[in-house]
Amino acid sequence: MSVDHATVRKIASLARIAVTDEQAEAMVPELNNILGWIEQLGEVDTSAVQPMTAVIPNHLRLRDDAVTDGDVRDAVLKNAPQAEHGFFAVPKVIE
Amino acid sequence: MTNLTDLGIAAIRDGFRKGDFSARDVASAFNDAVAAAKPLNAFIVETPDHALAAADQADKDRAAGALKPLSGVPIGMKDLFATKGVQTTAASHMLEGFKPEYESTVSAKLWTAGAGMLGKLNLDQFAMGSSNETSYFGNVISPWRRNDGGNAPLAPGGSSGGSSSAIAARLCPAATGTDTGGSIRQPAAFTGISGIKPTYGRCSRWGIVAFASSLDQAGPMARDVRDCAIMLENMAGFDAKDSTSLDLAVPNWEAALSSDLKGKRVGIPKEYRVDGMPAEIDALWEQGIAWLKDAGAEIVEVSLPHTKYALPAYYIIAPAEASSNLARYDGVRYGLRDLPDGANLQDMYAATRAAGFGAEVKRRILIGTYVLSAGFYDAYYTQAQKVRTLIARDFDLAWEKCDLLLTPTAPSAAFGLGEKSDDPLAMYLNDVFTVPTSLAGLPAMSVPGGLDAQGLPLGLQIIGKALDEQSVLNASLAIEERAGFTARADKWW
Repeated sequence: MSVDHATVRKIASLARIAVTDEQAEAMVPELNNILGWIEQLGEVDTSAVQPMTAVIPNHLRLRDDAVTDGDVRDAVLKNAPQAEHGFFAVPKVIE
Repeated sequence: MTNLTDLGIAAIRDGFRKGDFSARDVASAFNDAVAAAKPLNAFIVETPDHALAAADQADKDRAAGALKPLSGVPIGMKDLFATKGVQTTAASHMLEGFKPEYESTVSAKLWTAGAGMLGKLNLDQFAMGSSNETSYFGNVISPWRRNDGGNAPLAPGGSSGGSSSAIAARLCPAATGTDTGGSIRQPAAFTGISGIKPTYGRCSRWGIVAFASSLDQAGPMARDVRDCAIMLENMAGFDAKDSTSLDLAVPNWEAALSSDLKGKRVGIPKEYRVDGMPAEIDALWEQGIAWLKDAGAEIVEVSLPHTKYALPAYYIIAPAEASSNLARYDGVRYGLRDLPDGANLQDMYAATRAAGFGAEVKRRILIGTYVLSAGFYDAYYTQAQKVRTLIARDFDLAWEKCDLLLTPTAPSAAFGLGEKSDDPLAMYLNDVFTVPTSLAGLPAMSVPGGLDAQGLPLGLQIIGKALDEQSVLNASLAIEERAGFTARADKWW
């Protein structure tokens, strides 16, 4: 499988990364080079193999369904590019 | 008087306890070394006041007879660990100026143990790279140079390149590293120091900027095996805030160090004899076999048949996890925001991420997004996770024949800056010997074995069974004692 200009633009859009036409064009051979190389995985017979879910056997812990943290609004907002009235602020999304 | 910056962790700890010097003397000596080493670009932020404050506390604690495990010891902190009130960037423009309101578990443990921080160490951006050339804050330069008189700047390895460069240059006696596919071991090998990636789950990932969560694991880097053991004891341990943290007691690795390998079987995986490997690395590997035999180990040949598929599997799994983890950088909650005139929310996301991420980070996010996208998920991601199962099974089968594995750490000595940065694939191949262990979550350590003909360090890697860091440390110690590696880079910075 390989990607073309339109696919690169689509992936970039899915990843929310703005790219210019020139940048997308430059990425086509770069990504195809990498994808061509990882394609060799296809030759491994994995028909009887389960995908890895945990490298070291571990069990998922449960805890009481109770508040363990919070009440730190100002700390949460401290590094926000724009915070107003105790909220994160973003450009208007509804016209 | 001894030059204090020549001392390692154990020597500082013990000398401080005996009263040979004050903690303030030690911190000041390292602070001066850090301030005088700007050409290496190993630090993104220097924190001399943090080191001095910890030192003053250590001096008080000594007077009060209340010593802690790392009292009097200053260290470097990879800038991937969140440190409260101290800029934490992951070497990315995206997080420039970000001052966490909280402390990572690993760094908090080290401060509780009495250590002080000399500064935040440079790295590859979001820990993605093998040469420290992807940092937004510039390349880290290795203190090592080839003996050809050319003075070409060399890579300190990556991603923990600030850590490796700073330790090799005696700017700090030890540092934290993180290892996703070799980011502790390969830089340790390139700079003639030691570093161990413990079993996945030993060290909490809480507060470490995430790259690939099923692979990321913190570990220490230092000048010798004992110092790594001391550091690891003070970094590891259960943390309820990390769902993959192992709820196990932390062993006394330092106390149990022993280079007597009688009864241990060390496997030599034949698939690690890759084409085009320099003869010097092959020779060092043979030398390592002889050293381990001399220490009492039995050597056996083993096979890890899926080794060649580890790298391609890694370069699906790691970018896939990265594309998900790095989705959080959206210009809303923290970090950079790029808001072009008239931009809507979606434009803001895209502009922020275009401006904030470096080229290698974008490349991996795009690969990850692609392999996870509808229609390709099974062919790429599921297949990679199945191959990962086979790679882990290879190790399980090998453990029926042996207790440890010995391999080279990297397929070459340090390369020059710029020599591989134009070819992502050539760069990825640097991790050929370290990635399989990461995929299987196993502990592995790099120790210096010797110098090549150009005068550059080469490392040997010991891989162990899950949770058997002790045997890894012990075999590494056996190599260290026999290699007698004392070479250090001549000071030019």
